[in-house]
Amino acid sequence: MGEFEPKIVGFLCNWCSYTGADLAGTSRIQYPPNIRVIRVMCSSSVDPIYIVRALMEGADGVLIGGCHPGDCHYINGNYKARRRVVLLKNILGTLGLEEERVWIRWVSASEGQKFADTVTEMVDTIKKLGPNPIPTRWDI
Amino acid sequence: MKKLGVFVCHCGINISSMVDVEDVAEYAKGLDGVEFSTDYKYMCSDVGATLIKESIKEHDLGGVVVACCSPRMHEHTFRKVTKDGGVNAYNLEIANIREQCSWAHDNKVRATEKAKALVRAAAIKALMDESLESSRTKVTPEALVVGGGIAGIQAALDLADTGYRVHLVEKEPSIGGKMSQLDKTFPTLDCSSCILTPKMMEVYNHPRIDLLTYSEIESVEGSIGNYNVKVRKKPRYIDTDKCTGCTDCVSACRMKDRVDNEFNFNMNKRSAVYMTFPQAIPLKTTIDPDSCLYLRFGKCGDGPLCVEACEVGAIDFDQKEEILELNVGSIIVATGYDLVDGAALYEYGYDNYRDVITTLELERLISSSGPTAGKVLCPSNGEAPKSVTFILCVGSRDETQCSWCCRIGCMSALKHVYLLKEKLGKDSEINICYTDIRSFGKGYEEFYGRIRKEANFFRGRPSEVRMKGDGLKMDVFDTTTGKLLEIATDMVVLVPALVPRTDSDTIARALNISRSGDGFFLEAHPKLRPMDTFTNGIFIAGCCQAPKDIQDTVAQASGAAARASVILSKDELENDPLVAAVDPDICAGCGICVEVCPYKARTLNDWTKIAEVDEALCEGCGACVIACPSNASIHRNFTKQQIMQMVDNIL
Ligand code: FES
Repeated sequence: MGEFEPKIVGFLCNWCSYTGADLAGTSRIQYPPNIRVIRVMCSSSVDPIYIVRALMEGADGVLIGGCHPGDCHYINGNYKARRRVVLLKNILGTLGLEEERVWIRWVSASEGQKFADTVTEMVDTIKKLGPNPIPTRWDI
Repeated sequence: MKKLGVFVCHCGINISSMVDVEDVAEYAKGLDGVEFSTDYKYMCSDVGATLIKESIKEHDLGGVVVACCSPRMHEHTFRKVTKDGGVNAYNLEIANIREQCSWAHDNKVRATEKAKALVRAAAIKALMDESLESSRTKVTPEALVVGGGIAGIQAALDLADTGYRVHLVEKEPSIGGKMSQLDKTFPTLDCSSCILTPKMMEVYNHPRIDLLTYSEIESVEGSIGNYNVKVRKKPRYIDTDKCTGCTDCVSACRMKDRVDNEFNFNMNKRSAVYMTFPQAIPLKTTIDPDSCLYLRFGKCGDGPLCVEACEVGAIDFDQKEEILELNVGSIIVATGYDLVDGAALYEYGYDNYRDVITTLELERLISSSGPTAGKVLCPSNGEAPKSVTFILCVGSRDETQCSWCCRIGCMSALKHVYLLKEKLGKDSEINICYTDIRSFGKGYEEFYGRIRKEANFFRGRPSEVRMKGDGLKMDVFDTTTGKLLEIATDMVVLVPALVPRTDSDTIARALNISRSGDGFFLEAHPKLRPMDTFTNGIFIAGCCQAPKDIQDTVAQASGAAARASVILSKDELENDPLVAAVDPDICAGCGICVEVCPYKARTLNDWTKIAEVDEALCEGCGACVIACPSNASIHRNFTKQQIMQMVDNIL
């Protein structure tokens, strides 16, 4: 087996982050292919269960992308998302997972570069953390 | 189980150069439910569309997955193809293997791997997609225009002339906006009120325009085609049906010449009862409750003199604020701009020296209906200035204030040079301190060429304006000659930055429209949808979107009116069916979703105590679905089961 390549699931809101990710591609800005994106309408429609499910299934990291504070297409969905992610992070430790495996970031439709940088940075961080330990544990 | 077809697009070589498309199509054949899979050069072409439609028939497909560009590009196209092929359009899913795969990665093996994962996730979602039908909303063929400046006036007239009823709401007692404060307009030197007043009259007399002045938007609910708007109509204390606009009350008022006249930037005084300006529309007076003795203290001498003076008995101190309710299909926002606050201009002495004024103040001094009846006089001593100095880009193009260009400053200063030479005589001295002269519009550069000889141009920003002896002085480093110069002058005119109106966040919130980083209202696309907002059915025009001159404002206002007509001309609109729904068997009626919904689309039924969704109001964000503690809330075709399955399959 070669170098550890983390698997990252991205939940990106349709209006800002997903469009920002599209822009990265349109501008041919390169980032590692470790991220696989699921489009959601708003960051507020990301159930913490999805994040936990991804981690349980062996994702090494989860990225939630939303509009900048104040810019959510649905007024305030990103604030709801932020609160949920903060709560979720509190319990990640009890599962034996590092908080840094779950990222929530604001990427606007015009921030292709920021999206690419975020993914690159996240891949680096998780490479340092190593693989998600959950799949190799038998107790959960 | 539903049979799926997978169609992998090469997009010329845009995808196929980085993703092994044949391999992806071959791989897809092994996925659950996939009956048929193929690849083609351009799926979005006619031939590609026919390929999909024929495959649907031939293989009796119930769902379609297209692996191609972003769904933001072609989801619409392929939904239509799916529908034309005989399958409900909502059984289509797109795997984005161009923007988010082939274009963003440079390793073909890994990109192909990722493309397969994206197809897997899209296929499992398609398998679980429900067929959906759109509900319909009736369109109210009426429009609301917010703001009665030149943008609002133009938009209202265009819509009313097209045949729709228009409600034009203006905050001030008269329509006309900033343009009514201008004397002449560049580059043609048309008299501003001569071209504006006829349009204002037209608004007033138009059978299909309902003019609501001295009124503000209180709240907006509903959605495209069917907005419910509450308008707060402030009391004028004048019965507008009786008032003839004679202004006898104004001359009679005990507070005559004692109240600051904001229309003239407090350079002269008015009465407590006033007419904003002589051409005001409606031509009715207004009593200012902050300065009227009777309204403030319940007593005005032996009795209000205005009441005595008014022959028609139009004064009505008992008027109350009213809330009007309107129902409209579309809304145009044209609320205009403010000038940057005087405090931001402190280094140029705006607050300290009376002879430091802004361009708009100069407009009032030049205007024959202004405080000096058209004579340009220094506010400090009432004498005509022999030298006037303009400072351009005050607060504009300045990282510490406003990074943007005000787009009108250069041209308005050039116009003023012409007008001042006319007023003050050929040998008066006019200096212009500029950053760049931006004369980009039609006829602008030619106008600049004419004016260039009439004034002294210094390319540089003065450091500060100070009082030395009895005159104003400033230092400017002229970058064209490389010399540091001291300018002594009688009057300084600042050309300040244009900024969003102070109430623009309140308006943005009431209408649920976004603002860009600079605070102006945000257009849906800077090039292709410059009048649209992200909220369907709401359009923007004029300086509330970004600074612009009158010609661009009028063009944008007509554009916004045309965009609104596209909606108003329809009897019904289809609602997006990808909205929330409730499983009534599971809903416990806790009401959490009602609180979470930003659109008031959710209500608890009084009888059944079960949550309900108003599909016309629901925008489909999905927040309520996550908030529901009992999983009774469903986001159609974004169900929890679907997303969980996608998670499992994308890894
Ligand atoms: S739509 Fe982007 S976070 Fe809500």
